[in-house]
Amino acid sequence: MNIESSERDLVIVGGGPAGLAAALAAKKQGIDDILIIERNDELGGILNQCIHNGFGIHIFGEELTGPEYAERYVRLVKEQNIDCLTGTMVLEMNAERELVAVGPDCGLLRIRAKAVILAMGCRERTRPAINIPGDRPAGVFTAGTIQQLINLEGYLPGRTALILGSGDIGLIMARRLTLEGVKVQGVVEIMSYPGGLNRNIAQCLRDFDIPLHLSHTVVRIHGKQRVEGATVAPVDARRAPIMEKSFFVPCDTIVLSVGLIPENELSRMAGVRLSSTTSGAYVDENLQTSVDGVFACGNVLHVHDVVDFVTRESEKAGRSAARFIKHGLVRCDLPVRPGKNVRYVVPHVVSGNADVEFFLRASRPMAPATLKIHPDLREVRQRIVKPSEMISVRLPADLIATARSQGEIRFELEERESTR
Amino acid sequence: MTAADERELICISCPVGCPLSVTVEGGEVVAVRGNKCPKGITYAKAEILDPRRILTTTVRIRGGLLPQLPVRTRQAIPKSLLAKGMEALSRYEVDAPVRIGDVLISDFLGTGVDVIASRSIDCAG
Repeated sequence: MNIESSERDLVIVGGGPAGLAAALAAKKQGIDDILIIERNDELGGILNQCIHNGFGIHIFGEELTGPEYAERYVRLVKEQNIDCLTGTMVLEMNAERELVAVGPDCGLLRIRAKAVILAMGCRERTRPAINIPGDRPAGVFTAGTIQQLINLEGYLPGRTALILGSGDIGLIMARRLTLEGVKVQGVVEIMSYPGGLNRNIAQCLRDFDIPLHLSHTVVRIHGKQRVEGATVAPVDARRAPIMEKSFFVPCDTIVLSVGLIPENELSRMAGVRLSSTTSGAYVDENLQTSVDGVFACGNVLHVHDVVDFVTRESEKAGRSAARFIKHGLVRCDLPVRPGKNVRYVVPHVVSGNADVEFFLRASRPMAPATLKIHPDLREVRQRIVKPSEMISVRLPADLIATARSQGEIRFELEERESTR
Repeated sequence: MTAADERELICISCPVGCPLSVTVEGGEVVAVRGNKCPKGITYAKAEILDPRRILTTTVRIRGGLLPQLPVRTRQAIPKSLLAKGMEALSRYEVDAPVRIGDVLISDFLGTGVDVIASRSIDCAG
């Protein structure tokens, strides 16, 4: 079989906010031969179905909807004449940065790239759905599927809904369903704190008097053909359901908003080392993965709260890829480790030769807390710390270099006595 | 004399979502605590006196590449008008093509706020 073969300076897998920002940043650094490969029929990624406002405050200084944020970047990419293949899926990739893609316009395509940026984003977690006992009727959806049905296709999935999990998309869909006339019976969250941002608790639940059941879970789904309801129970300290206190909630739709997982099949195929805490690639301060010339950014690297941070991170990946193409990059060797009460820190390894912005997540809510960066590099007081809110800290190169003697940098969160 | 009233709010001006304690006296906001930036004070006052939200939804589009067009109110409208706004927009249809930022309805429900297109949609085919 004849496969068209080509060479490119930079191939970007994914045309969502991460891929678009990375492409523009690389172009700005003088890389002209760029190809963005997008599986969907249009660029913009998940932003196209996120029709609510709240995007762009950090980048544009105004509140945009998802489609508006996406269109601004798509326009810039088109103005810069950056090549894009839509409706095209990358099927294979190896450590020599050879990719195989297939699409209606290009057919089967083999590309060898000087650098690759992984910007595939993430997908929704559905596993817990399988673990819910009870029947298997129609009417159980992930929040993102509901979002796609309503916002892109114009279908209403049901009349009465119960939402399991309090991630941001679930909260936003609670409001969206309510505005569209669906009765939302409540949001059920197994943890003792919400998974989504504070402001979404306010503007998506409280605005519409939608109950939030913290420390509760769905223990059974009822219904033969279609969902007829769910049994909800409070959970004890070990998250085991207290069945004596369970109650029935009638509904025809169950919405799952139980987390996101970076989509790393291609990364694995190419032998990219993955982190067990982020489920994304293990990267250095240049966002280079363990495979030379392969970079990762956006939600495929770690799941972000706001798209503005995805954009900034991806611009960095684009600049790094440009440097790699032009004169190569030196590998880093100073590991960064999460300590007490810290779930993860990105990047995972640094050099001490450049300033680095670190992103980290707490493993539990604390108020107030102190972020301690060892070996005694810095202490930052935090009024409130929540797993749902990413923390960022910028450290100068000379300070990072002083950690060399200890052989690692460790981030710890310590709870302080409340002053209130 | 009106007694002071303490209200707990969450600021929705940005993703930080500061928890605010607001003291209301005689219908006026006299003190705001818990805000990390001045937006919190603006938000607290507006939320007590005249709560507003940006309404985002979709409308049907005829002859477009996609069946639904995302739209929004350019500025926030009174919270009490959200349901009425949804009702009005559910009956609204627009013809392709549409450009991002196009004004679809001006002075929506007498609020003085326009409804605009949140994206561009070209004609099908």
